[in-house]
Amino acid sequence: MNAKELIELIGPIFIFIGTVFTLLSAIGLIRLPDVYTRSHAASKSTTLGVLCTLFGAFLFFLFTEEYVSIRLLLGIFFVFLTAPIAAHMVCRSAYRSNVELAKESVQDDLKEFLKEENVKERV
Amino acid sequence: MFELLMTGSLILLVLTILACLYRVWKGPSMPDRIQALDTIGITLVGGVAIFSVLLRTHAFLEVILIIGILSFIGTIAFARSLERGVVIERKRVD
Repeated sequence: MNAKELIELIGPIFIFIGTVFTLLSAIGLIRLPDVYTRSHAASKSTTLGVLCTLFGAFLFFLFTEEYVSIRLLLGIFFVFLTAPIAAHMVCRSAYRSNVELAKESVQDDLKEFLKEENVKERV
Repeated sequence: MFELLMTGSLILLVLTILACLYRVWKGPSMPDRIQALDTIGITLVGGVAIFSVLLRTHAFLEVILIIGILSFIGTIAFARSLERGVVIERKRVD
């Protein structure tokens, strides 16, 4: 195996690490107790995994064909920007449509805040 | 080695999508299902990138952007319609 083949393997190794992170997030999506912790697992590690995968593809095209793909860079930027926002919106809609927290959770600060807000709106 | 890594990555992605489908089917509440569908969308982005590397072509790179944008808009629309009952709010002008 010469040096050129080794350099070509850097991108696929990044891609494999990214998919391992994505699989870990799926395990979190199955095993965690309620919707808030599940969306925490799903949004964070899926974003990291897909960023690793896209960066590996970028490195692969850079090393094999010396092709700098602006579209892949835009894809990385866009996924990095939108995935946490989507998870935040889902969590917010879950809390405001009264989805219960898990029994193990200790603290709920948003509850009293929302109660005060509702009282103000009624007055 | 290259083929092995790529095929292994695709198998891991298939396992991820199956786990998300289990959450979509089983999920106790509606936001669970929305979150799992969003995760499936983001995973598909990675799958398209892997196919593009495996076939050594640039032709699929636009698909990444389009799937990302559509998945984001779909998730936001679902979340808003679940929270307020409507997707687009119109202010009444008197």
